[in-house]
Order: sequence, then C-alpha cells, then structure tokens
Amino acid sequence: MSDTADLREIARGLVARATAAGARAADAVVVESDGLSVGVRLGDVEKLTRARQRRAGLRVFVGESSAIVSTADFSRDALDDLARQACTLARHTAADRFAGLPDPAALASDVPDLDLYDPAVEQLDPEQAIAWARDAEAAALGTSSEITNSEGGELGAEAGQVAYASTAGFVGGYTGSRASLAVVPVATRDGGMQRDSWYTAHRKLAGLEPPAAVGREAARRTLRRLGARRPPTCECPVVFEAETAASLLRHLAGAVSGSALYRRMSFLVDRLGEKIASDAVTVVDDPLRPAGPASRPFDAEGVAQQRRGIVERGVLTSYLLDSYSARRLGLQTTGHASRSVGDAPGAAPTNFFLEPGPHTPEQIIASVRTGIYVTELIGFGVNPVTGDYSRGAAGLWIENGELAYSVEELTIAGNLKDIFRDIEMVGNDLVLRNAVAAPTLKIGRMTVAGT
Amino acid sequence: MDVAKPEGFFRERFGVTDGTLERVLGTALERRADWADLYFEFRVNQTASLEEGEVKKATRNVSQGVGVRVVAGARSGYAHSDEVSLERLEIAARTARAIADERTGAVAVPTPARTPAAHDLYALARPPIDTPTDDHVALLARIDAAARAVDPAITNVLAGIGIEHRVVLVATSAGTVVGDVRPLVHVSITCVAERGGVRQQGSYGGGGRVTFDTLLDGRAERFAREAARQAVANLDAAPAPAGTMTVILGPGWPGILLHEAIGHGLEGDFNRKGVSAFSNRIGTRVASELCTVVDDGTIANRRGSLNVDDEGTPTQRTVLIERGVLRGYLQDRLNARLMGMPPTGNGRRESFAYLPMPRMTNTFMLAGEDAPEDILRSVDRGLYARYFGGGQVDITSGKFVFSASEAYLIEGGKIGRPVRGATLIGNGPDVLTRISRVGADLQLDEGIGTCGKDGQSVPVGVGLPTVRIDGLTVGGTQA
Repeated sequence: MSDTADLREIARGLVARATAAGARAADAVVVESDGLSVGVRLGDVEKLTRARQRRAGLRVFVGESSAIVSTADFSRDALDDLARQACTLARHTAADRFAGLPDPAALASDVPDLDLYDPAVEQLDPEQAIAWARDAEAAALGTSSEITNSEGGELGAEAGQVAYASTAGFVGGYTGSRASLAVVPVATRDGGMQRDSWYTAHRKLAGLEPPAAVGREAARRTLRRLGARRPPTCECPVVFEAETAASLLRHLAGAVSGSALYRRMSFLVDRLGEKIASDAVTVVDDPLRPAGPASRPFDAEGVAQQRRGIVERGVLTSYLLDSYSARRLGLQTTGHASRSVGDAPGAAPTNFFLEPGPHTPEQIIASVRTGIYVTELIGFGVNPVTGDYSRGAAGLWIENGELAYSVEELTIAGNLKDIFRDIEMVGNDLVLRNAVAAPTLKIGRMTVAGT
Repeated sequence: MDVAKPEGFFRERFGVTDGTLERVLGTALERRADWADLYFEFRVNQTASLEEGEVKKATRNVSQGVGVRVVAGARSGYAHSDEVSLERLEIAARTARAIADERTGAVAVPTPARTPAAHDLYALARPPIDTPTDDHVALLARIDAAARAVDPAITNVLAGIGIEHRVVLVATSAGTVVGDVRPLVHVSITCVAERGGVRQQGSYGGGGRVTFDTLLDGRAERFAREAARQAVANLDAAPAPAGTMTVILGPGWPGILLHEAIGHGLEGDFNRKGVSAFSNRIGTRVASELCTVVDDGTIANRRGSLNVDDEGTPTQRTVLIERGVLRGYLQDRLNARLMGMPPTGNGRRESFAYLPMPRMTNTFMLAGEDAPEDILRSVDRGLYARYFGGGQVDITSGKFVFSASEAYLIEGGKIGRPVRGATLIGNGPDVLTRISRVGADLQLDEGIGTCGKDGQSVPVGVGLPTVRIDGLTVGGTQA
C-alpha cells in the first residue's frame, strides 16, 4: 500500500463536494490501515487479531462557521451525503472570525520522503510474529526462577496511509508502518507479586530489538521490584528513569500547545521568551527526522514541517500551534496541527525530545545521597492550569549514591514550574522509541509521601 | 433512523440475513474450535462544544463494522472490518479461524434463533441522537450563563454535549442472536476562575442512557454551578499535606476508589491468569464487615448499564464483596468457561474493532448506617475529599491511585480549609479493611465515568456512601 493515489482522490472529491454543497472552504483527511496483532502467554498462542480500518473526515467552513463530520462508508452516495450533512451542521454553529484554513504560504510545497514505511511490516507472516512473541516471553521466563508467571508477549504490526486535501490548494499523502514487541513478566517472592514490562517499537521490522533482549530487559525490570518497601514521607531529590522522564515532557508539550494557551489553561501562559527551566534543558520538536516515530511530511492542515527549538538552555522559544490557535494568539502556525479523522485539528508535538546531557544514568544516581529513582508513575494527578503535580510512583530507593531497595505505594509531588527549573542533571541515554522522549533526569527536590 | 429492531436494521442496511449469519459462523467453525461469534455495530456520535459563550464547534461521526471471533481453549482469533458485506465476513471468518487446530471441527451451527434482550433498561420515547442541534446550542448557552452567575471570578467556561447512538447485534455459534440499541448522552463542563493572579479550574458533568430532555429540568445548570463552585473554591486552596492520615470520602463519584482498588483486580482475565493481587482469594476477608460491594449492570438509564453485554449475555447484579468477604469475579464468556464459573454479563468492548474483555458496569458500595455528619465529627484531623479526577491501578501489586480535585482539611470534626488537589495512594487488598464508618447516604455518580483497560474505553458508573478510611497516603507537598 505504498501509493496513496486512491485516498488522495477521495480527499479531493470530498473537498469538491463540500464546495458544491455551499462551503466557502473545506479540508478532508482520509486514512486507511491494516494491522496484525498476536499474543502469546506461557508459550501458547492466546490471540491473533487482524484489523482493517478506513475513515474519511471532512471539515467545512460556511461563512465564518464550521463543522466536522466523518464516515467509514466510502460509497459515492455516502460521500455526497457527508458533504451535505457537514454544511447543514455548520449552519448551527456560531460565527468565529478566527476560523479557517492556514495561510497558503505556509503549506508544504513538496512531500519529502521520510523513510516511514517498511513493506516487511505489512507483509509479516503471523507464524513469524508468533515466534518472536514466544521467543521474547521465553527469554523473560528463563531469566530467573522468581519469574513465575506472565501476562504474555505481544507483537503488533500495522501499516497505513494518510491523505489530505483542502480548498487552499494542497493535496498530499504518505504511507507509514510501525511494529512493536512487548513482554509483561510477573515475579513473586515471599508472597509478594510484581509485574513490569519492556518493549521495542520501530517503523521498520529490522529496527526492532532482538526478542530475547526485550524479554531479558522485561525480566530485569520486574525482578528489581520484588521485596518493595514503603519509603518515609520526606523531601528529597528524585531521579526519573528515561521512560518516566518522558511523561514530564508530555506535560510540557501540553502546556505550550495552542489551545491551552489561548484558553489560559496552562501554567506557562505568557511565558514565551522567558526562562522556564534550568540551563540544562533544551527541548526540540523535529517532524522531519528520518524514520522517526512521529515524523511526517506535512501536518494535519497541509502545513510544511521543520525542526524547531522549543526550549533553549531553559528559555521557552516556541509554542506548538495549529492555524486556529496561532490566529487566536496573533502568531503564525508552527505546523503542529494534529487531528483524529472526526475532530477539529489541535496542536500536538511530533518527535518531541529533551536533548541528551553529559551524564550517564549511573553518575546521576551516584550524585544522590538519599532519594528516589522513579521507574513507574500511575494516575492523573497533574493540574495543567496551576502546574500542581502529585502522582503515584514506584521505583528504587537511593542510599549513598547506590540503588538500595525497591519502593512502592508512594507519591511524588511538587509543581511543574518548580520541577523544570529544578532539573539538575540530564542523562546521555535518550532513545526515540516514542514520539515524546527524554533521557534520565534528576530533580533537585520533590515531596515524597509514604509512611 | 429506525433502529428499534437491531436485526431488521442490519438486514436492511447491510443485507445481513439469517442465512448470512449461519454461513459465516459455519465458515468460522470449520476447524476444531469451541465457539464463534459475530459482532455487528453501527454507531453515530454527535458533539457540540461551547467556549467563550458560543458554540463554535459541532461534529458528527458515523462508524460501522463487524468483528468475527473464533475461540479454541484459551485462544482467540479475531478479524474485523468496517465493510459489512458477505465477502468481507467470509474473509474475516477464515482469518479468525486460523487460531484453531487444522483438524475438522465437529460443531454444527444451529439455525439462528432470535433471543429477546433480558432487560429493557433504556427504551426512550425519543433517543437523544434525534435532538435538533439548535437544542444542544440552547442548552450550552444556559450552562454558560449558570456557571458565570456563580462568581465574577469565572473567566471562561468550556462545555460540551456528547451524544452516542449505538446499535449492536451479536450472533453466536450456539444459535443465539441478540441485539441492543444503546442511547447515551453526557454533558461535561470545565470552568476557569482567575483572581489576583491565581488561576484555577473546576470540572463537573453527568448524563446517562436518558433522553435529552432529562437534562433540561435544571440538571445541566446544577452541573454548571458545581464546576464553577469547585473552580472558585480552589482559588483559596492551600498546599495539600503529605503522609498517611485519616481520610473521609464524600458520597457518589469518590466511588472511583472501589473501581480502582478492587474492581479491576476482580476482573476474570487477571484472576484466571493468576496475576491479580486478588487471585485465589474468594471466600477470604478483603474488607471490613461494614463493606458490601456490587457491580450492577441492570440499573435503568445509568451510563454503565447494558441490557446485554457485548457477547449477548444478560447483565446482572454481581456481589463482589459481602460484609467484607470476597464473593465473586466479573466474567466474560472466555474466562468464565476457563475458570468453570458462570459468565456475569461483563464481557464488554469499545467497538467492533476490539476483542471483548471482563469490564465493570456500575460498581458501588451499599449504604451503611452512620449519618455523614457523625462520620465527619468522629475525625479530629484528616482530609475530606469531595471530588476526584481519574485513577489507576497496578492489578498485580494491588497499588492504586485516585486524584482528588476538591479536598479540605478536617479540623476538630469540621470541614476546614480547602487544599490543592492531591493523589491518594493505597493497596487494593488492604484499603477496605481500614474502612471504619459507612454512611447511610449512598449516591451513584452523575454519569460521567469512562474506564480504560488495554487501550479500550467503555462508559461505567460508580457509587459510594460517605466512608471513613483509617490510614490512606495523601500525596501533597507539605511533608
């Protein structure tokens, strides 16, 4: 499925229908995907799923009003009907002088090949997928007699196309793929049970880590959680392992995205150009990274893409904007429009990461006299308006610079404004496995609640 | 749109006849499998959103599709497509059966027989999807006005109406064919308050499997005032305490405690696999004697209720904990069969694009005997948590969290100063043993809950009377 001509034609046809039905402007997104997912548990196949999905979404502007509709029915009648429905629905919404498509000057003039598609992912044989899931789980189970159970190994492979067309004159499409392999072992000791997991993900099949390595890492992470205690309530340094550090970057991305800013629902309102983080923090958004997990040749409004500094040595240098939030803020779109087929575009990060620093994770841990190394966070205790932060955590207690024992049933709390200013050390271990990523980070001081 | 009879609906719209069902189930069972089922779904979702006093956005999304499942032992083969045609169904059936042994199966597929749904919990004279868009716009304007009237500090109101209309049809290789038409409406409101450079937010909402008119009797305005009141109350909030203390949970939505602390841990899949902190604990004490907890999918018009689950099993009231003793698990067909237990009508899925799993419906604790004022008076120092955001649980270690969005210090048996939101953390198998008082004031939530598991979201309900918990960790910043 490397040619997107059919989907581009559907997108173009929808936009033409919208104009005929009375729209002043319109844009359409059409997506199609095929996926395979297999699950193996304790060596036996547990599930095999094949998915095939397609959807078409249309946004219309009638006067200064707008509406969004979508369907999975691609018949001529259904698409005619969709365009009429959209225009009817738009007549019920209020005029909004900021509504509209991006300035044509911002649109992509070509569609760069970013190496996003691997036919081997699409053609993956289910037997091969099962073998890899089985190998990964077996490696975890074989690591230690304390690995006593498993939630299984799972391999997913998906390939899909996206096409976009608008009355501003842009029509484009691209093809992508993604494969992933995950293992969730369960370990027991003295009646206590723990689980953890590890995974690998890449746009290309050959980019996946070897199954046995994924299984062994999953087992290592699970075993180190055994014998967990509760820490005392205290204030101390907190080291975020790379996977948990990425969640701090997600909070940052949310706080600098257009809709949060124009609604004044961000703890970073009016802070552009100011120091919001320590000197050690430089954050980049790069949609053009070859084979990157969130790379794309144009955004969900057809806008050209570029690598952009968001935070430079602690100073907030750019927001993440789509064309609507940009007009609301009196700025230009930054090409961060993202949308699900049936919803209006909003601003979201692409490949958004904190640049690696000079320290190994071991050096960072060694710098802490007593503190916590956080390997898992749960819950939703973040207030985006105030920056108040309080989440459930599990990890390892640090004593005299060394990982001493496992801890659980604790919370870490602070305020994101202080947390970013208090990043004292940045690790050298950045891996772009997901769209938003960070290396190991040390926060100077947070409140830990335990016993 | 006449969807009163799901069988007729899928026949007329997609040409799905009894012959189609029989033929596709036959293809699915050509290998040695235990059973197969087909899940047809047609869904319309409509939304309208208000901000800055105006409805600037409206959406309407239509989805349709079918999933074919073949089950052999603990194995599930599944294929789905958003093209509902005999050709696609046959391809899906052949794909799904790849999970089963090559040998020819001996299962004959009986002729499909119509099974009436066991309950009739949400037949509505006019489903909310039939409400004109102008009525949505008018209600959102009333919500906006009601919220802004609470306090001049309210600077923005974001409000949305979401309406869903879902028609499903389940056909199984046992010969049953059962359909369900599921209306759903919800209103959600977030208010921003700003005073003296301090900004805060408050959120509230509600709904259910009810008519749109149900929201018009002042209910929507009450939600709006509640969201605004929370935002304003939070403006004066002090930093929350950190550490283990006595906590009182108010009635209603704080029932999310039960959902996270015990509900997920009692789902059949985790217990069959032995990976839940509650595995092999039926018949043992997991809560104080004051606690009886049920999951009930049969309450009329509730957000979490269903006439039948997504495998065609009638929903029921399942006792999970009876006077402190663990009594039952929540089951879908697959896990019930493998555990030798009856299914409980908890096999649910987000859409045709997913395999069903054991999920909760409406989960709540039965009322006790104490007056809520007496419970408050019994605590000298502690935390009173009135409203919550989301929660999460690690079912294997049993550790769960849920985050308060409105909370107060308790000082000398009285509600004192508001404190900023904080996450509460505890251990599922242990937390209910610490419940020392249960109020007579059971409330179900307003109808806003959505539960996520393994990437699938389903609407759920929770409920709780006022309870006192002797020792829960509060994750504030004041150590």
